[in-house]
Amino acid sequence: MDRHLLSINDLTRAEAFGILNTAHELSIISDGNLKKLPTLRGRTVVNLFFEDSTRTRISFESAAKRLSADVINFSAKGSSVSKGESLKDTAQTLQAMGADAVIIRHGASGAAQRLADSGWIQASVINAGDGTHEHPTQALLDAYTIRNSFPEYTDSFDGLKVAIVGDILHSRVARSNVLLLKKLGAQVTLLAPPTLLPVGVDSWGVERSYDFDQVIQSVDVVMMLRVQSERMLDSFFPSEREYSRSFGLDGRRLNLLKPRSIVMHPGPMNRGLEISAESADSHKSVVLAQVANGVLIRMAVLYQLLGGQTLGGTSNSLISSQPVNK
Amino acid sequence: MSKNNEGSMILKSARLVDGAVVDLRIENGVIAEIGNQLDGAKNSIDLAKNLLIPGLVDLHTHLREPGREDSETVASASAAAVSGGYTAVSAMANTFPVADTAGVVEQVFRLGQEAGLCDVFPIGAVTQGLNGTALAELGAMANSMARVRMFSDDGKCVSDPLLMRRALEYVKSFNGIIAQHAQEPRLTVNAQMNEGIVSASLGLTGWPAVAEEAIIARDILLADHVGSRLHICHLTTAGGVELVRTAKARGIKVTAEVTPHHLLLTDDLVSGYDPVYKVNPPLRTQQDVEALRLGLADGTIDIVATDHAPHPTEDKDCEWQAAAFGMLGLETALSVVVTAMIDTKMMDWAKLVERMSISPARIAGYPAQGQKISVGSVANFAVIDTSASWQVDRNRLASKSRNTPFHEMKLSSVVKQTFFNGLQVFSNGEVLKRGNL
Repeated sequence: MDRHLLSINDLTRAEAFGILNTAHELSIISDGNLKKLPTLRGRTVVNLFFEDSTRTRISFESAAKRLSADVINFSAKGSSVSKGESLKDTAQTLQAMGADAVIIRHGASGAAQRLADSGWIQASVINAGDGTHEHPTQALLDAYTIRNSFPEYTDSFDGLKVAIVGDILHSRVARSNVLLLKKLGAQVTLLAPPTLLPVGVDSWGVERSYDFDQVIQSVDVVMMLRVQSERMLDSFFPSEREYSRSFGLDGRRLNLLKPRSIVMHPGPMNRGLEISAESADSHKSVVLAQVANGVLIRMAVLYQLLGGQTLGGTSNSLISSQPVNK
Repeated sequence: MSKNNEGSMILKSARLVDGAVVDLRIENGVIAEIGNQLDGAKNSIDLAKNLLIPGLVDLHTHLREPGREDSETVASASAAAVSGGYTAVSAMANTFPVADTAGVVEQVFRLGQEAGLCDVFPIGAVTQGLNGTALAELGAMANSMARVRMFSDDGKCVSDPLLMRRALEYVKSFNGIIAQHAQEPRLTVNAQMNEGIVSASLGLTGWPAVAEEAIIARDILLADHVGSRLHICHLTTAGGVELVRTAKARGIKVTAEVTPHHLLLTDDLVSGYDPVYKVNPPLRTQQDVEALRLGLADGTIDIVATDHAPHPTEDKDCEWQAAAFGMLGLETALSVVVTAMIDTKMMDWAKLVERMSISPARIAGYPAQGQKISVGSVANFAVIDTSASWQVDRNRLASKSRNTPFHEMKLSSVVKQTFFNGLQVFSNGEVLKRGNL
């Protein structure tokens, strides 16, 4: 078993579905009013956040607490990039404190992998977003949310069509989602102005389009990405209005979606830029379900990394292997 | 002066690149006689039919002194140089303070003489403080004791086209040459690695080939316009090779260098985010590597230069984005070039000597370096066991730093001895202190 979750590439298709299945079992337990499981009692989980991200930190924190782990929040604003304490020194401090798992959010791509590979620390490392590289638990919770909306794709995403729209170039959510959706069998189309697609995207094995109106009519899932208006200053696009007209999900485009299709967004949303209020709040939007599912997925990942099971190993059912504790 | 230098010494059984095995009598640091079964000298060294070539000459070396003596000094870099078969290195100007005045270049030159292991020729900055806004005192550096002829803002590009034009023109009066670090700054803001398939998946900001090629193209045109000599530092792209090839065909006075690491390593090594592979310009693709090898073989690329760039451990023991750019080069250069070019039958030893000793000495104007093995030449040699190979161990390098990307790699050919001005300065893994001889 791999001790870390750094990238979607760390997972096989079966392991990825295994995490989704574990999250599903956890959801059944939660519905049965079982708020806390004793699985990680006595284990220490550290939230090591070099970037502000209250929602992701809270999601991991509540996941760890529901598994009875001790949680330490280590907000390390000012990484070695800005001449603060180095990642190495921070890691060794956490090692000395006896961390069993470190959940790291960092502004530098590859920081999670450096933490895992460098030998600075023995703990399991979970990547909670590294620069513009990956955010694997976000992709897993997105896949879980998709599966809940489309029960016919429970065992395979073969035939599912997903559009990912927006700032692909700077998006760790997009990279992880492309890898996971393809692994599960989905057909992915990227929609973005050419300036916001990375050179080399041809190697990703996905479709590309600049025509949102056309693509939106055929997809099952439209996944909107946050666009930072600062990008405009770097001439990635001329103005917010022009971006919004070409790649924003407004009410008119929402109506082009097939009846069962869903709208996703990893949050936080820029209402009025990449998504209109009408679309964000429509019955097609599963944005709040994504947030709720985030806790379940992160519980599943922690359970499988620290609970001694291989990722995706579903032979021991959660429900039967845990004492019922009401 | 040691007694060896004043007396005579015989090097027995030296194999030359043409295959002949000869003895050489060295007197006063110069080859006095080449023949067979020479004797009569107090001191004789059996070279056991190992290959004897002119000492290697590096035109691109970061010695870090003054200012970053924690990573390297002129003395430790000199030791690394002779360990790699080099008898001359060229000290890049990006020190603290910058080598932009006669005072600093003379200091570096003097430190090289004090170390006494090889020639240390300072390169002067093109612009004051490497700031790219005003010319440094190029004439004063040229007229100093260090006799600087090569100028470079390496580490930074002279990106202002007017300033580049003026620099190219200005150094003509003393037959100087501008060595350009070709990197369009606006196209490489916060760039971390080669822009391509690997950068797209790693989420690292790309350093596109066009940022190098745009400057090369511009500077070739400028050099042509003003009739000056231009040298392109560390060429890395297939497109850059093509630009230089075309310019040479048109008779423009441009020369170019390639580093050993760009001849052997590619950008997929970055996949693990280990900053030991972080270098500027970045590792490119296999297609670029092949174009560079072809360019070096056919002479489009004139020389190999190390871009030896020592960094202390803490500057590499961190996340990729925070790490320093640069790799060690002096001690592995010859073996990397042998592995990339001779083992692949793209070059023979005569060409390697041309690219690593004769041509660099000619380009920079180092008369006592890169000389033929013939009577009257200065006794600057590297002696190489061409049948041996070795495994690089970063903990057994003469450099003060450890940032070699070749750690644990098996490379062809072993430098057995190095002779500088007739003195044995390196033998079988040991740097010989000049004072001990």
